[in-house]
Amino acid sequence: MDLISEEKLNRMTSMEKIRLILDKVKTGRIVVLESGLTPEEEVRLIEMTMTEIRVDEFSGIEIESYPAKRESSFVGRLLGRNSSKGRMTVIGPANQLRTVEKDQYQISTKVSVGD
Amino acid sequence: MGVFESLRMSLGVWLSRIFGKKRARIGIYGPPNAGKTTLANRIVKDWSGDGAIGTVSPVPHETRRAVRKEGLVINANGASIHLDIVDTPGMATKIDFREFMAYGMSEEEAKKRAKEATEGVIEAIKWLDDLDGVLLVMDSTEDPYTQVNVTVIGNMEARNLPLLIVANKIDLPNAAPSRIKAAFPQHPVVQISALEGNNLDELYHAIALHFG
Repeated sequence: MDLISEEKLNRMTSMEKIRLILDKVKTGRIVVLESGLTPEEEVRLIEMTMTEIRVDEFSGIEIESYPAKRESSFVGRLLGRNSSKGRMTVIGPANQLRTVEKDQYQISTKVSVGD
Repeated sequence: MGVFESLRMSLGVWLSRIFGKKRARIGIYGPPNAGKTTLANRIVKDWSGDGAIGTVSPVPHETRRAVRKEGLVINANGASIHLDIVDTPGMATKIDFREFMAYGMSEEEAKKRAKEATEGVIEAIKWLDDLDGVLLVMDSTEDPYTQVNVTVIGNMEARNLPLLIVANKIDLPNAAPSRIKAAFPQHPVVQISALEGNNLDELYHAIALHFG
């Protein structure tokens, strides 16, 4: 399992984060992001995941995070866009990480090894 | 998205609000088997009299291509709203062909469906850039905190676009739409059964209110 700090994530571009996550998850690692991804990055991660699914090799990811916190600045309002601060996120191979329970305040997952 | 593109989109939203948008393009989103196509068929039937725009099946990812129905006119709240409805493939983070074999498909059929389903998810994501609002359909019998729901809501909030949550399947005995309301209190929730046609008047009022 890899826990990736907010400082490291802040130094990376969106594409670098997505590539890092997918490379790790495809080799069977569980990734925990301290500050998560933005909603736009999450949807790009899902899109990239779909392009990399292969029969008997990789069936996708399990990703769990809390709803993003909205931060509305003057510039954001001017552009008609709210910035969202990502929150702690756990991502793993779909065949190894399973969400048991999730609510607004807690995510419970089950990790199976050697699958 | 660049600053100029954001400014252009924002200006479009403001102009639409000032002068009254005549036609909105609304995407129907949600996880597989939430009832998106059942709802799309119901809306099209109610407001155009046309037949179904998509087939419905208990097998997940039955809709693997987005289908657009143009020029619907919904009359509610004493006003008319002109809509294009886009029924999108179910969003998912994983697709395993073995899941389809459990429904009796051959391995070859299941692999083909899985491949098409991955393309469908990508298509649904691409459509997010071309919409004026989203109907997010959730199955009231399921846990609402799925990542698909969280991601779609986060993206609509980031784009500052209207979102209406549809708590579907309230006709089922274990439906708990109150969980959906509690999970996403910042967004309007309408409880319906697209299959039975329950509460659709309330849905059409909400559509006119939020997308009109």
